[in-house]
Amino acid sequence: MKSLRKQFDKLKPNFEKGGKLAPFRSFFDAIETLFFVPNTTSKSGVHIHDHKDSKRLMIIVVFAMVPALLFGMWNTGYQHFLSLGQSVDIWTSFWYGFLQVLPIIIVSYAVGLGIEIVIAQMRGHEVKEGFFVSGMLIPLILPVETPLWMVAVATAFAVIIGVEAFGGAGMNILNPALTARAFLFFAYPSHMSGDAVWIANKADGFSGATPLAEAAAGHIQNLPSPADMFFGFIPGSIGETSTLAILIGAFILIYTGVGSWKIMLSVGIGGLVMGLLLNALAVNPFMELPAYYHLLMGGFAFGAVFMATDPVTAAQTNRGKYIYGFLIGIMAVLIRVFNPAYPEGMMLAILLLNVFAPLIDHYVVQANVKRRLKRVKVKA
Amino acid sequence: MENLVNIFVKSIFIDNMIFAYFLGMCSYLAVSKTVKTSVGLGLAVIFVLGITVPVDYLLENYVLKEGALIWLNPAFENVDLSFLSFIMFIAVIASMVQLVEMIVEKFAPALYSSLGIFLPLIAVNCAILGGSLFMQERAYNTISEATVFGLGSGVGWFLAIIGIAAIREKIRYSDVPAPLRGLGITFIITGLMGLAFMSFMGITL
Repeated sequence: MKSLRKQFDKLKPNFEKGGKLAPFRSFFDAIETLFFVPNTTSKSGVHIHDHKDSKRLMIIVVFAMVPALLFGMWNTGYQHFLSLGQSVDIWTSFWYGFLQVLPIIIVSYAVGLGIEIVIAQMRGHEVKEGFFVSGMLIPLILPVETPLWMVAVATAFAVIIGVEAFGGAGMNILNPALTARAFLFFAYPSHMSGDAVWIANKADGFSGATPLAEAAAGHIQNLPSPADMFFGFIPGSIGETSTLAILIGAFILIYTGVGSWKIMLSVGIGGLVMGLLLNALAVNPFMELPAYYHLLMGGFAFGAVFMATDPVTAAQTNRGKYIYGFLIGIMAVLIRVFNPAYPEGMMLAILLLNVFAPLIDHYVVQANVKRRLKRVKVKA
Repeated sequence: MENLVNIFVKSIFIDNMIFAYFLGMCSYLAVSKTVKTSVGLGLAVIFVLGITVPVDYLLENYVLKEGALIWLNPAFENVDLSFLSFIMFIAVIASMVQLVEMIVEKFAPALYSSLGIFLPLIAVNCAILGGSLFMQERAYNTISEATVFGLGSGVGWFLAIIGIAAIREKIRYSDVPAPLRGLGITFIITGLMGLAFMSFMGITL
């Protein structure tokens, strides 16, 4: 660590104002603060000092995604060899998936960080750390067969329109990764849904339908067992198949206090309640599906743990978080079951509630103000 | 009854005036700076839509449509006054808006002054005329269907405007690039909200 510090100190003068490499100041700054907590502090106003700056928080989220990512890589290979009818050992599967997934991650980070650095340089502020997480989320929620140029276009759209137009990370209203996913979904629907995109280089005769697609088509008998869906031996977007790996991530997030357990819990409850309600109505086979299936299928768990809890776009107030999460769960299952146009509802449910999160907060705060005013009046 | 609920839900979410048809944008963009005023304007729009659509429904079915005048005299069977529908609908809307304006001025003077010119401008708000014209085009069967449709469209518009107002309050201190400040970013937000509202597209009730 010490020699690294020395290297940074030696290089630093080049990047200061007037130095040879001054145009790349924000890039240097980003790399330096990645390794060391900056020792500069705010000069004005009252601030709380804490070792947990946003870069540290973001890194924890990335760590929490690692189980889902590793499992996703292995599952990519597993599904590929399964479709070919070959059985191979775990490392072959993993290596195959690794080679499939790595380019997507590289493209997502290169495009996103590239744009961030250029804009930070143009507007004269540091590179914000929000994209560390988004850059990892984007590959995890895409089908493995997504062409790389699409990843690049969607990332650029999300970073420029979804984030930078609002003034950078922390000011955006919609989750950037979901913005990218929704952009792709509506711009290139044939590459984002159907049976062919979920398995890398799938053999032609093999059905690659996701459990959600099977359920929406009414082929309940084709559904994998709940255990398979829980452990994630199913086709789906790269990082979202294994509920177990996601739960490990959720544990990390909750244990470190980075992700809000209130939101995760209420999303789950919302989904369950809606599922039970549909069970009570039960008009078609999809509605009769046991309610807990909804929590295991598709992107429900992944969205609840990594997307809905995004501290920037979620509701900020405690009571607001419960309402926000609950409505996400309800909407996700509703869209799944009632909207024939989309097999998966989680993405759009979270986006929809992102839009209304400020409104929920507004009314929670207003209600609080009203309650306190009443208390004042009683005393006076 | 089920039919009415369907129409109500459909007009709020699926056929949302703002996000599905982009109608009534002018006051939506101009009055959405704070939640409080947009609630006022939203309620006014619900009220006006909830009254003008059923009134125009009666006009349409008993005066304007081909053969609608048959209740006066069987000889009017072939009379078709539908070329008058625009002017008749606008007249109804204008008088209703006048009424709303007087009520708001009397009972909520603060709201009246913060809404300013946009309250009388509801009269030429395309969402209101759009409501009546959609009613005509979709040929609702009963007056209760038309009323529910009008109210639902109003509620959808109300949701849209308070949603964007809360977002605009939230981003008031954001470091938005200078060329985009104000209306620019508001258009972008509207587009992104439209993206989120796509979740309802394609639902058939």
